[in-house]
Amino acid sequence: MSINVNGAPVALPQDPRMSLLDLLREQEHLSGTKKGCNQGACGACTILVNGERILSCLALAVQYDGQEITTIEGLGSADDLHPIQRAFVQHDGFQCGYCTPGQICSAVGMIAELQRGVPSHVTDDLSDEAIAFSQEEVRERMSGNLCRCGAYNGIIDAITESVAEVAQ
Amino acid sequence: MSLIESGKALAQGLMQGAMAKAVALAPDSWIPGGEPDPLIRHQHGSIGKPVSRIDGPLKVAGAAPFAAEFPMADMVYAAIAYSSVARGRIASLDVAAAEAAPGVVLVMSHHNAPRLKPAPLFMSDPKAAAGDSIPVMQDDAICWNGQPIAVVLAATQEQADHAKSLIRVTYEAEAADTDFEAAIAAGTKPSQFMGQPLHDKLGDAEKALAKAPVSIEADYRTPRHNHNPIELHAVTLAWDGDTLRIHDAQQAVAHSAWTLAQVFDLQPEQILITSPYVGGGFGSKTLWQHHIIAAAAARMAQRPVRLMLTREGVYRTVGGRSLTQQHVALGAEEDGMLTALIHRGVTAKTAHNVMPEPFILPTRSAYAARTMLLDVQQVELDMISNTFMRAPGEAVGTFALECAMDELAEKLGMDPIDLRLRNEPEKDPISGLPFSSRHIAQAWRDGAARFGWDARSAVPAARREGEWLVGLGCATATYPYYRMPGGAARITLSREGEATIDIAAHEMGMGTSTAQTQVAAERLGLPMERIRFNYGDSTLPGLVLAGGSQQTASIGAAVIAAYNKLVAELLALAGNDSPLAGLKPDEVGSQDGGLAKLDDPSRHESYASILNRAQRAAISVEAEPPQPLETMHWSMHSHGAMFCEARVNVVTGEPRVTRFLGSFDCGRILNPKTAASQFRGGIIMGLGLALMEETQFDERSGRIMNPSLAEYHVPVHMDVPEIDVMWTDIPDPHTPMGARGIGEIGITGTGAAVANAIYNATGKRVRDLPITLDKLL
Repeated sequence: MSINVNGAPVALPQDPRMSLLDLLREQEHLSGTKKGCNQGACGACTILVNGERILSCLALAVQYDGQEITTIEGLGSADDLHPIQRAFVQHDGFQCGYCTPGQICSAVGMIAELQRGVPSHVTDDLSDEAIAFSQEEVRERMSGNLCRCGAYNGIIDAITESVAEVAQ
Repeated sequence: MSLIESGKALAQGLMQGAMAKAVALAPDSWIPGGEPDPLIRHQHGSIGKPVSRIDGPLKVAGAAPFAAEFPMADMVYAAIAYSSVARGRIASLDVAAAEAAPGVVLVMSHHNAPRLKPAPLFMSDPKAAAGDSIPVMQDDAICWNGQPIAVVLAATQEQADHAKSLIRVTYEAEAADTDFEAAIAAGTKPSQFMGQPLHDKLGDAEKALAKAPVSIEADYRTPRHNHNPIELHAVTLAWDGDTLRIHDAQQAVAHSAWTLAQVFDLQPEQILITSPYVGGGFGSKTLWQHHIIAAAAARMAQRPVRLMLTREGVYRTVGGRSLTQQHVALGAEEDGMLTALIHRGVTAKTAHNVMPEPFILPTRSAYAARTMLLDVQQVELDMISNTFMRAPGEAVGTFALECAMDELAEKLGMDPIDLRLRNEPEKDPISGLPFSSRHIAQAWRDGAARFGWDARSAVPAARREGEWLVGLGCATATYPYYRMPGGAARITLSREGEATIDIAAHEMGMGTSTAQTQVAAERLGLPMERIRFNYGDSTLPGLVLAGGSQQTASIGAAVIAAYNKLVAELLALAGNDSPLAGLKPDEVGSQDGGLAKLDDPSRHESYASILNRAQRAAISVEAEPPQPLETMHWSMHSHGAMFCEARVNVVTGEPRVTRFLGSFDCGRILNPKTAASQFRGGIIMGLGLALMEETQFDERSGRIMNPSLAEYHVPVHMDVPEIDVMWTDIPDPHTPMGARGIGEIGITGTGAAVANAIYNATGKRVRDLPITLDKLL
């Protein structure tokens, strides 16, 4: 019984009440995943489960037995940044940096959703196989990730710049 | 505040007043900033370069440690229970089930909490940082709905949260004052802010208003706001004997260490606070009850404690911006010259803090009105103590003033920019002081050209695109230059030519560490890689609040003082065998990793060479800057011209901001990349203030009804268009580096620019924030 976090097995918690977020932060000391509300309203705890973005504060850890989880630490390190992490630095897509890991994980999951043709509220044609990248689509799809410092313009620029690289 | 304390504050205010007169009349050269900072002349160095944040790689990798992310051995987790009445006493508190719950180490309440002294209130002492002065779990008294009544410590957060749910409490509730209108009806009192009355009078404004050929009068309302930094307030702390170490989310490390020392009756050196990364603050991350609760409980339990407030907990125990009711009356000649400017109103505070929302501050230096009457009255309510939130006073004061200017412009048939420029003052209208640097007219002209202001129809509701009415609006942004007393910095220069700057300053995302590294590199003549900027630690020199947009100036002045001392000591070390021999400190400057004669750079010696000859591995100096008298000698303010394009849906009433431009005059910009983010961030919080933000307060129970990010709406990606920013970049000759603070000005003027654009789009004047769709239908 274990969860695969960034390629390494992690034991399930003994307490079934433990969220995936608390498992990462308190048990595994993977504190790159942030707690901003613990009720699914801010997006700071966004991680990738089998490539799809979820809010880890709303997920009970024991439900993720055998799943593949990627956190911000699994995308890149400070010495070896993922292209989208590099773009966030270049475009100043953050100030305090607290919502940032969630924004980045969310962006990676969001780009995959565009590729898979998952429609959003602003998608014109629901039958499209892949959704064209547009600023409006990105803004709509990233709206679950709050940034109180107001780095939204930089975040959109960073995603725009790195979308091709991330999509590969 | 007690009567005696009020008296003291008043006496202090009077003394400041007398001193201010003397400082105003002194020659420029006696005043800090009288001689321009030499760095203002440096045009091609690291200052002004769009350097990416030096802590950027750590932050995007999730490797920058925040307060709740430091592991400690044997650590326990805290959960707080909050009162559900606004005033009264705890009649019974049964914690037996909680104490017996699995994993529980301690339940602390007024039954067993250690005796603690009251926390010194912010502004009651230069070092005080507490948001309220209510004793923490010392008796059964309840002073607000949401007050902490007990804390559980347990081995895991889940166990602590569960045990907290088992606490049973009953209250003897008393009648509470929680209704703003009722409190106003019962009588208001004059307000004071930082020891000075919030009252200004110039001539007889009421008489002038009655005689004015053109006049307008209107009432504006702004609601309560919460800061909502995404990082929850948190501490991880441990006692080591009588020494307390705290990993904190702080914007006042030295203040908070001193304040906690008073509470626990310790020496300030016994409280060590570090706060290297702070997930946003906006005025909220000072000292609140959770610090005291966590420290007291940790001491009782003899265990390290992690206490991260829940989002609801932040709303319950960390105050936000208070509400205001403002009245603005403007009288003018037919040509637009203001003959009367009245800005008065009421705000609410508590009996346990000294923070009336000072909404007349931006009006004092705004316009050359012939007469003025500015006044803030207050009432006291039983609620969580309100506090500073980004641009306290200016954020909501500019909403009323700048909407009123728009209303007057329309009545005069004038362009609102022309009206503002016509009333541009030559000197500060209230204090009479000269401006240190004021280029607001240029900001207006440059901004208007870039935004395309010409396209605006003077007639409201004239432009419709499909379902959308489109309008343009503008407003003035303004925020003062502050530099608070108490700064100090240490510079250590090594033989290897590396410099370390130590100062107890803060990085909450403003870009402090990056911009100050650029400045230090330029000042010391070293590349940025050779500078280490240490901050966020109460053991470092200086008392530097990350507030009032003053950190840049405070750090700048402290580093200048330390640098001047460093140069003098280096020259003494250099001795007679140096190319610098015989030179005085004011004849040399830093260049290429050493000192050089200013008018003969060939007389140069590297730091390494000086230190080697003196057989010194390093040199370290610490100094304090002079008192910030410059703000009593000049009127020092930043400004901005804010432009908004808003659309309102004719079917649903939905308002959207589709374009925004801020054109700023904030002195020299040290780093255009991080500065642009500061400006945009302020503007975005201003969009929230304009369109959605409101802390909903139940006036029957005194309880905040929307204590979550799901119900308190802040701007999200979809609410924010591309925000254009520009600046004059004209250095202020009287400030360190020629810079003025930029962290707060963005939120000022924005609310009015949006409201004025919505009026231009629809012909509907909404004077009650936030401007939600129900008010536009």
